[in-house]
Amino acid sequence: MDSILGIHESALLYRARRMDVLAENLANSDTPQYKARDMEFSSVLDGVGADARLKVTDPRHIASNPIDNRAALKYRIPHQPSLDGNTVEADLELARYAENAVSYQASLLFASGRIQTLRTALAGTRS
Amino acid sequence: MSAFSTFDIAGTALSAQSLRLNLTASNLANMHDVAGNPADVYRSRQALFRAAGGFGDALAGVDVLGVTESIAPPIERYDPGNPQANKDGMVYAANVNAMEEMANMISASRSYQSNLEVINTAKALMLRTLALGQG
Repeated sequence: MDSILGIHESALLYRARRMDVLAENLANSDTPQYKARDMEFSSVLDGVGADARLKVTDPRHIASNPIDNRAALKYRIPHQPSLDGNTVEADLELARYAENAVSYQASLLFASGRIQTLRTALAGTRS
Repeated sequence: MSAFSTFDIAGTALSAQSLRLNLTASNLANMHDVAGNPADVYRSRQALFRAAGGFGDALAGVDVLGVTESIAPPIERYDPGNPQANKDGMVYAANVNAMEEMANMISASRSYQSNLEVINTAKALMLRTLALGQG
């Protein structure tokens, strides 16, 4: 068994990390020359495959975490670049942040569903 | 791991934006300062921001590099009745532009609000994460 929470564990880590990246963009919305960054979902998803993990051949090995991949950070192409070289579009960043938060909650819901399933199986009755 | 770093990142932004609001308040409060000597009069102050940790991989929020004084010349005015006037009857007023300051204030206040929103959302998510599996 890979993990009780399955892919939702990785998804939560990705969403939490993206939350930080978007928070940084918003924090620097008035910093000259700052370039907004984001994580590309498809590139992260590719990393979740078996190849991206270090092989665990002994129970004492620590499994690698494919989501904490800083290389996945990419610079955003702005719709309206500003004169001071800043490429943060605060409204768009806030919208993406909200979308990311909802996705985080969805992953959380799936994860707690799994835990609920296990509890039901352990207790034999629905508590 | 970075579970709580969102709060740090948005926190640096809150403090940077509140500094900017304070500077706007200071500039507006001293808008009508005059002096008989152009070197003595109040100068408009602005905050200098920089991305903390440069543009590397580390996520660290925003840094306040410092506060600069505007190099625009003070506004020269002929006002011989003013007790501060020099021997030619000239006074020098602070180089504060009220329109610029108001625009600055709105920008700072909106940035403050969006970072507060970030913290509130992150807080709600973290609380739900802590309650994971509690039914």
